[in-house]
Amino acid sequence: MKLHEYQAKAILKRYGIEVSEGVVSDNLEEIMEKSKNLYPSFTGNEIYVVKAQVHAGGRGKGGGVKIAKTYEELKTVASNILGMTLVTPQTGPKGVIVRKILVTPDAFYPGPSKPKEYYLSITLDRQISRDVIIASSEGGMDIEEVAQKYPEKIIKDHIDPVVGLRDFQARKIGYQLGFEGNLLKEFVNFLKKLYKAYQGADCSLVEINPMLKTSDDKIIALDAKMDIEDNALFRQKEYESWRDTSEDEPLEIEAREHGLNYIKLDGNVGCMVNGAGLAMATMDIIKLSGGEPANFLDVGGGANAKTVEAGFRIILKDPNVKAILINIFGGIVQCDRVANGVVEAYKNIGNIPVPIVVRLQGTNADKAAQIINQSGLNVVSAITLAEAAQKVKQVLS
Amino acid sequence: MSILVNKNSKVIVQGFTGSEGTLHATQMIEYGTNLVGGVTPGKGGQTHLNKPVFNTVDAAVKATGANVSIIFVPPAFAAEAIMEAADAGIELIICITEGIPVQDMIYAKKYITDRGVRLIGPNCPGVITPGECKVGIMPGFIHNPGRIGVVSRSGTLTYETVDQITKIGLGQSTCVGIGGDPIIGSTHLDILKLFNEDPNTDAVVMIGEIGGNNEEIAAEWAKNHFKKPLVGFIAGQTAPPGRRMGHAGAIIAGGKGAAKDKMAVMQDCGITVVESPAEIGSTLARVLGVKV
Repeated sequence: MKLHEYQAKAILKRYGIEVSEGVVSDNLEEIMEKSKNLYPSFTGNEIYVVKAQVHAGGRGKGGGVKIAKTYEELKTVASNILGMTLVTPQTGPKGVIVRKILVTPDAFYPGPSKPKEYYLSITLDRQISRDVIIASSEGGMDIEEVAQKYPEKIIKDHIDPVVGLRDFQARKIGYQLGFEGNLLKEFVNFLKKLYKAYQGADCSLVEINPMLKTSDDKIIALDAKMDIEDNALFRQKEYESWRDTSEDEPLEIEAREHGLNYIKLDGNVGCMVNGAGLAMATMDIIKLSGGEPANFLDVGGGANAKTVEAGFRIILKDPNVKAILINIFGGIVQCDRVANGVVEAYKNIGNIPVPIVVRLQGTNADKAAQIINQSGLNVVSAITLAEAAQKVKQVLS
Repeated sequence: MSILVNKNSKVIVQGFTGSEGTLHATQMIEYGTNLVGGVTPGKGGQTHLNKPVFNTVDAAVKATGANVSIIFVPPAFAAEAIMEAADAGIELIICITEGIPVQDMIYAKKYITDRGVRLIGPNCPGVITPGECKVGIMPGFIHNPGRIGVVSRSGTLTYETVDQITKIGLGQSTCVGIGGDPIIGSTHLDILKLFNEDPNTDAVVMIGEIGGNNEEIAAEWAKNHFKKPLVGFIAGQTAPPGRRMGHAGAIIAGGKGAAKDKMAVMQDCGITVVESPAEIGSTLARVLGVKV
């Protein structure tokens, strides 16, 4: 589950991490009113940073992060960003609508030393099943970009699950980043708290980019990205309640409510499958048959008349769908029950205006084929996957 | 011969008396698996499906001599169940449970690795040596005893593969579903190594999917070490980047884990890569010179 920057910062603050805080709202007047209090003595000539609160990264590149040099300018900048359609390298060409903005005071204030941006993140290294800290003295740009331009400036260090993150390890990373003295102590504290937050909130990723060394030698999280692992949401109820679905595809929200795992794609052949691997393979078959998959849909191990009907309804709401392929390999799921489900759903929905290819294999597949063939419905039945591919090709042409 | 499980395996079920455990234990017994008992804390001393129930894995192992355990415990407690099995001296743990938090699995993986215990899964269909022993949730009847090994990250796609192998008139030595999570006990590489040493496996079908680099690592090793014909397929050629495709581990992230890259590496390493999931069986037949 993705969190917004302001939500991630709220969690980090609970763990005692210094963050660049501000005011968040979906309302321009509220933003303007509250922004007055961001500086202890308001004159109207303060600098503000306005940041779009969307789940996609690369916000700056799409114009979702802007600086306002005065309170007057803040009004223009904030009203431009609030409600804009933000296109970043991660949103796709359609972009996302900015529904909330965060306004923070300028963290690059004048002081005795020069401010500097760093990169710091923690995530899982799948290859060795351990968490890894990734740090770099080159902050403020994508870590992929840093990896390309300055591969020697990326520090990676794994955390031993038995002893956790130790002081020596945090110190080692801190020295490698160039910190010394009091600043090093600040960094060690920052990193240790960050790992506590990462574990405590069951994150699959926490990324601070940039982490800022301020001109008065403090270390703060200027930005924060946090993903909470879906499998752990059962014990992160509070954070789960922070879920913002406004950027999600409406059909995906509807599917989630029916316990279906649905992802909308841009193709013309809808599909309904049991099992994630087979669902992906079915999408591949559609492509090889000359179509394009309109969706990923895993109905899971409990496929029955109800889930099949819900699946149908969701697929049919996508106007691009020109044909539907149902591919069920019965193990625990009995094919004849799915077949009955298809027939029942078909009748409940009434008229399904696109051709349907049904391929039911495994437990009770013969009975299932009989049910489909005798139903009198406009449904083509296939036995093997190769046959199903052939029939998709036929109905598309 | 086969790998991992055979007719001499003594199997217990953790989460024995629950609905999942009961359903699949019944089917495993029907298949002929030597199921010697089960564990449900608080129900020790009872009998379930005519088998003894124990409070702890430790007690079950001491009483029955079990060496294999299959886990149907709910996600919040499953990592704990894996560690309990390892502590009790179980040699092979097969965890079916889907949805275990990654942070729990980091500890469980470390715990079993330190003790040299093998784990299959989690979030997997299990392991079957056809005609001898089924420790999983797969439909037994689609399998046929034979000499083809199968290793796969998915459930129903494994069944599809097995079915295609059976339909070309061949059978399987052992089929292993390694699971679709980011942290799994055994990788493609681990299972390929076992098949390589198994005299009763003549060829292997390896089914992968998008995400991670498990398949690439196995392919790089196979290039110089694997002595048998190897046919491979990667699901998710049409999956968009950045979206998790059902399995927690199936996501193309940071430009890594795409199907076409995996297929290219596998091809370079001498694996026969199948583009269409409908042609896994026919490709295997061609590679082995079997007439269909």
